[in-house]
Amino acid sequence: MNQQEALFRFALRMGDNALVLGHRISEWCGHAPALEEDIAQTNIALDLIGQARNYLTYAGEVEGKGRKEDDLAYLRDSREYINALITEQPKGDFAHTIVRSFLWDAFHRPLLNALANSSDERLKGIAEKAVKEVAYHLRHSSEWLIRFGDGTEESHRRAQTALDELWRFTGELFEADEAEQILAKEGVIPPLESLKAEWNATVDRVLAEATLKRPSEGWMASGGKKGVHTEHLSLMLAEMQTLQRSYPGVEW
Amino acid sequence: MPSAAEIEQLLEVVKDPEIPVISIRELGVLREVSVNNGEVEVTITPTYSGCPAMDFMRLEVERTLKQAGIGNFQVKQVLSPAWTTDWINEEGRRKLLEFGIAPPPHSADIRTLKGEAPPIACPQCGSTDTALVSHFGSTACKALYKCNACKEPFDLFKCH
Repeated sequence: MNQQEALFRFALRMGDNALVLGHRISEWCGHAPALEEDIAQTNIALDLIGQARNYLTYAGEVEGKGRKEDDLAYLRDSREYINALITEQPKGDFAHTIVRSFLWDAFHRPLLNALANSSDERLKGIAEKAVKEVAYHLRHSSEWLIRFGDGTEESHRRAQTALDELWRFTGELFEADEAEQILAKEGVIPPLESLKAEWNATVDRVLAEATLKRPSEGWMASGGKKGVHTEHLSLMLAEMQTLQRSYPGVEW
Repeated sequence: MPSAAEIEQLLEVVKDPEIPVISIRELGVLREVSVNNGEVEVTITPTYSGCPAMDFMRLEVERTLKQAGIGNFQVKQVLSPAWTTDWINEEGRRKLLEFGIAPPPHSADIRTLKGEAPPIACPQCGSTDTALVSHFGSTACKALYKCNACKEPFDLFKCH
């Protein structure tokens, strides 16, 4: 794999992560527990989908085969998606959504902070913009998690259950694939394991305040970054892609 | 051929569709206009990654240029340096306030740097006895507040 192929793969992954998570969060539109929260979740989804557009456009340009953002979003099957497994998990109850967002946001922010200093001008530009948005995401998911954990018996139980279920998907975030290893060596992206300390600190601080128990490390699931997904992704894509699949090239 | 300054003046009619009192220049979205060998280049920058108004503003720039008889142009979108609310000029801040949207705190405000929230004045009655309802509002760039004095809800253009 040369550096250009690695860059394509990385930009594609950043786009896939943002698109898949953005789509999952958008499933709350019209269903969130309160009107303000409905607006908040759809705003967050919109930020992520906007970021995905920037990454996928760039990935298409780096690849040089004329694929546009829409081709990459709507015309790839689940095996060609290389997002992390945590982003594709169903939204579950609201505690589940908040825990997933929190675990992701706590990783996403230091990643973007580092990418905002990337030697690649384009990644730097996308990250500089996105990092300010993600600071709001992390604050929002942290505040909810504290309210759930330190709330009623029921909210605590649901938050802890979600945490225990989703924990197994956090290991993959820090596992660098070949593309990420190449780019880290060239100083284009940070070594992923270097983000672990900040992630740990954020997770421990918020869980302590939320009176939630950090799960033991245990077995970690992985595969998403290689295109081996849980069954949930293909079902999600079937819905997300149906319009372009049924009416190829249709425009809004 | 109009000059860059004249074109900038011409583009004053392009407003943010969500806040139709403020032009893209006052908003800081319009970064640069240059004229080189008869070709006009307009540089714009998005406020938020997912701002749906961006495509509209780009189309409006194109339409305005065409209407003025300018055919040879390019509208370029740049991401870096990233847009910040500090680029909203004084005129823009005044218009936001008149429109009923509290202008954003300056990011260099020492309280912002310390992670404290500077007091936000209600755009209706001016009271600073206000409270945050949600960090996320009717559009990506706004937060939802309420005024404890006059009891009205209002939008804050959030610091970014």
